[in-house]
Amino acid sequence: MPSPAGGAAAAAAPLHLEQSDRVALLRFMLLHRAVEDRGASLYKQGKVPGSFYDGRGQEATCVGATFALAAADPVCPLIRDLGAHLVKGTPPRDVLAHYLGRADGVSHGREGNVHFGDAAHGVVGMVSMLPDMMVVAVGMALAFKLRGEQRCATSFFGDGATSVGDWHEAMNFAAVMQVPAIFILEHNNYAYSTPSARQFLVDPVERAAAYGIPGVSVDGNDVEAVFEVVREARERALSGAGPTLVSAQTMRMHGHGLHDDARYVPPEQLAEWTLRDPIELQSKRLAALGVDVDALAADVKAEVDKATEEALAMALPDPASATTGVFCLGEPIPVGSGDAPWSGFR
Amino acid sequence: MERLSLMPQLTYLEAISDALRVAMREDERVILLGEDIGEHGGAFKVTDGLLAEFGAERVIDTPICEEAIVGSAVGAAIVGMRPVCEMQFADFVACAFDQIANVAGKLHYRLGLAAPIVVRLPSGGGFSGGPYHSQNPEAWFLHSPGLKVLAPSSAEDAKGLLLAAIADPNPVLFLEHKNLYRRVRGEVPDGSYATPFAARTVREGDELVVIAYGAMVHTALEAIEQLPDASIRLLDLRSLAPLDEDAILAAVRDCSKVVIVDEANYTCALGAQVSSLIAERAFEYLEAPIVRVATPDVPIPFAPVLERAVLPSVERIRGACDELLAY
Ligand SMILES: Cc1ncc(C[n+]2csc(CCOP(=O)(O)OP(=O)(O)O)c2C)c(N)n1
Repeated sequence: MPSPAGGAAAAAAPLHLEQSDRVALLRFMLLHRAVEDRGASLYKQGKVPGSFYDGRGQEATCVGATFALAAADPVCPLIRDLGAHLVKGTPPRDVLAHYLGRADGVSHGREGNVHFGDAAHGVVGMVSMLPDMMVVAVGMALAFKLRGEQRCATSFFGDGATSVGDWHEAMNFAAVMQVPAIFILEHNNYAYSTPSARQFLVDPVERAAAYGIPGVSVDGNDVEAVFEVVREARERALSGAGPTLVSAQTMRMHGHGLHDDARYVPPEQLAEWTLRDPIELQSKRLAALGVDVDALAADVKAEVDKATEEALAMALPDPASATTGVFCLGEPIPVGSGDAPWSGFR
Repeated sequence: MERLSLMPQLTYLEAISDALRVAMREDERVILLGEDIGEHGGAFKVTDGLLAEFGAERVIDTPICEEAIVGSAVGAAIVGMRPVCEMQFADFVACAFDQIANVAGKLHYRLGLAAPIVVRLPSGGGFSGGPYHSQNPEAWFLHSPGLKVLAPSSAEDAKGLLLAAIADPNPVLFLEHKNLYRRVRGEVPDGSYATPFAARTVREGDELVVIAYGAMVHTALEAIEQLPDASIRLLDLRSLAPLDEDAILAAVRDCSKVVIVDEANYTCALGAQVSSLIAERAFEYLEAPIVRVATPDVPIPFAPVLERAVLPSVERIRGACDELLAY
């Protein structure tokens, strides 16, 4: 094996990943970045209303984690986790149409930027209030446990979100009930402008022990390493051993949103993390195995070009639809199943 | 009125328990979440006996975590369960407000996901519960889209509305008035039935209509019974959201004078909305100004003399009726 940039974790050939999986992981990360870059460009052109957030530099965490989940395992992604939507099968065109506020975008113009989720694909879209979706994930996991289903529920959140009371309620309740939940902390060093040191004195992964559950740290920029710890967390969840806290160390490479120049981030810190880019890391690994990563990137770009064209051609919502759909009038349709591209599920 | 009936009956509290039992027997998706609801049967014993019948998997004693109780109910609901949450006292729903208003209430509009949960709120004052065990928090939720809010006054309605709430595909706040739990009893049909989310005329009349809900229906009835010479209608709203606008407007057209009673604090109480509705849509039928009786904008004090001084009383409601009848 070649020695990839950043991290010894990848030195050995991964046990549970075939080469096609490793390529798929890279492809999803490329797609994540390409869709967001395109969204940002459309935003700067004034075509995307509101605000715009991305997960630049953090693609490995959401892609690696979601890749370890089965079709019927729902996810609650957060603002840096476009890759989770993509792995679950939400088409890039629908994501771009969502950014653009189109009628047939994922949320039909009702939600914007990263606040969305295609429930039919097992993605439960976030609300702004952090980290509310953690307790929702606990409830899904509770239902799976009560019904004896071999499923787990996963919730993502940032380091800032660990300071909110709901975080504790979710961790504690999940632990007490021993539900099949996976909590993924995206430890990206900043919460808006607030550095982690002003958020907590003790790394939140240390808190896991106090709840009586495993806390696992992982290089959040190594997509294969993230996959592996989440795969193990899922096995633990399904075996009845309860929840796991995974702390993925990564770095927010852009501002909080496009409106934020992030002047509070020291340039040396960004320079250091630039060397640990997750896409670079996986590209080098695969190039060393003879994979044509340039062709892969070109293929992803073509896909996003086409998706953009289609999304831009889509209609805006009918203003009359603004006051409809507040209540469910028929039978509820539960959260569905998404894709599960990992070869282990074939 | 049922509280005078001598026939075999259930208390308001027993009717609520019966609704939970019937729903759980009929539908295994129904689970209960709350603090001390298992072995102990809940702070008011509403869930007494349910642990023995349905087991700890369906009658779930939780830690003290209102956000997690409601939030996990939402999570369970979106994967097909029908959770019913108990707040130990309605006052504690403030701790779960975010999950109710921001998650449950907006889920269908935003994501097309239904959240069929019920949150039971033992609410109301009248027994020296003090500022944190006496509140009527319904207005918090009336202002928040996507939620249904029910407040039964009778045993029969308590059961029928709770069964309908559990069957409803949307989040429902169910206000059960603590002061009615054992004070009110009435004939309650066996088995399953659904009470519509609509107002009910408790008593006919055409000179004046008193509009009330929850415990205030009983207080208003006592006041009306002290005025035997007047023809006073009593409308029990039962459902605060959706609001039965047609029934309210019809009563105003028939009676032309209106007293609206809330046990909740005056400002932005449901009565304010009812008053606005009447002013906007039935102004030309009014023969007198609308009169509102509510708790002034103060926390509910503990000492009985102080509490009596703020909660709407039979005397205040009768006084309001007198004033309007003479107008
Ligand atoms: C409860 C709450 N308070 C404030 C905000 C506003 N806000 C949005 S994102 C953010 C920072 C979040 O930081 P973190 O959880 O570390 O996630 P990151 O953005 O770094 O991925 C804040 C303060 C919010 N969404 N929720």
